Amino acid sequence: MALTKEQIAQRIARELKNGYYVNLGIGIPTLVANYIPAGINVELQSENGLLGMGPFPFEGEEDADLINAGKQTVTTLPGSVFFDSAVSFGMIRAGRIDFTVLGAMEVSEKGDIANWKIPGKMVKGMGGAMDLVASAKNIIVAMQHTDPRGNSKLLSTCTLPLTGVGCVKKVVTDLGVFDIIEEGFCCIEYAQGVTIDEIKTKTAGRLTISADVKEMAI
Amino acid sequence: MAINKTVKDADEAIRDVFPGATLLFGGFGLCGIPENCIAALVKKGVNQLTCISNNAGIDDFGIGLMLKKKQIKKMISSYVGENAEFERQLLSGELEVELIPQGTLATRCLAAGYGIPAVYLPAGVGTEVAEGKETRNFNGKNYLMEYAFEADFAIVKAWKGDTCGNLIYKETARNFNPVMAMAGKITIAEVEQLVPAGELNPDHIHTPGIYIKRIFQGSNYEKRIEKITVRKRNS
Repeated sequence: MALTKEQIAQRIARELKNGYYVNLGIGIPTLVANYIPAGINVELQSENGLLGMGPFPFEGEEDADLINAGKQTVTTLPGSVFFDSAVSFGMIRAGRIDFTVLGAMEVSEKGDIANWKIPGKMVKGMGGAMDLVASAKNIIVAMQHTDPRGNSKLLSTCTLPLTGVGCVKKVVTDLGVFDIIEEGFCCIEYAQGVTIDEIKTKTAGRLTISADVKEMAI
Repeated sequence: MAINKTVKDADEAIRDVFPGATLLFGGFGLCGIPENCIAALVKKGVNQLTCISNNAGIDDFGIGLMLKKKQIKKMISSYVGENAEFERQLLSGELEVELIPQGTLATRCLAAGYGIPAVYLPAGVGTEVAEGKETRNFNGKNYLMEYAFEADFAIVKAWKGDTCGNLIYKETARNFNPVMAMAGKITIAEVEQLVPAGELNPDHIHTPGIYIKRIFQGSNYEKRIEKITVRKRNS
């Protein structure tokens, strides 16, 4: 069985380490916040100007002045801090964010990422994604392995306009976990019930299977 | 005596915004946007504007209201989703759009406010954002040269302000407002609470009044929320 979006998020959350400052993108990445392991203390950065982002407010306590980068109402936590957009991207650019999770439309075997534009179809803009991928040290992509038509999203070369070049370190999909190494995608874990053959069929980019490959424990 | 920057209302504050002007608008999504000034600009009907704002509002609120009246010639933003009229004008060629990375947008404002003509930024290296830009390598990494914005007006919203133009923002409504306030040739600030000089603690002020040309007490703030997300009390 391929992973659900929640399970993808849960698997990524296991990468978190104590003391990390973390930026989570919109979509599956946002769900990672629900699965932070017990005993791991991290602070979430929202690039519109909040460090130490808390959960959604209780009903009736929404505050129009307090939103996250996805424009959702959120709350603060003890230790939270607000800042302006230049400071926010200053801390991103200066490499102070330890861990960044983004969604993607395509990832290449060289770690290129495309997630902001489909020419002639969708032009929403890159928001902060280009800034994040240009400077973050540890970029993990959370996405489905294939698009709705069944085409692989793990490619030799991205076909869509790029967001960043050679920046993605790891991809977690509904089928498995892939490190991006010199030789391209390297499968280090597969989801329960997913075969290596299925992963090979659905990966268009160069793929190797780690000698230590194992079934994902979720 | 402190310098008094107060004007009566939004109409007076934006009186000299001229056709073809370049304007910076504070706000992220609909959070911290200058609602009163946008309404006054819609009423005034001034057009052919170049607007620099992280987002373009939604169909019936924020900068979306100016788009609807076709007052905008060019939009410079980082994210413009959630606006059908925007998309229509873009695809029909009525609206010119330049999409730039969010941090680059903020830092080009910052450069203007600090008197720095250009900065080297890494966002967009190797992408179509880099086309036509000077690239330089520092310590093994490539950067794009990005110019400071030159804007005729900056229009910002703060929570509290005093008659000298000193501003304090609230929560994430701060966003682009402080850097844009510093970047406009003429900066107009609307505030929820306008107080006499001396009432704000000088240690708590985010934007020094020297950057502000006009300030007024706004009214009837709607503060619309784009995505209300809540949790249940017992969860």
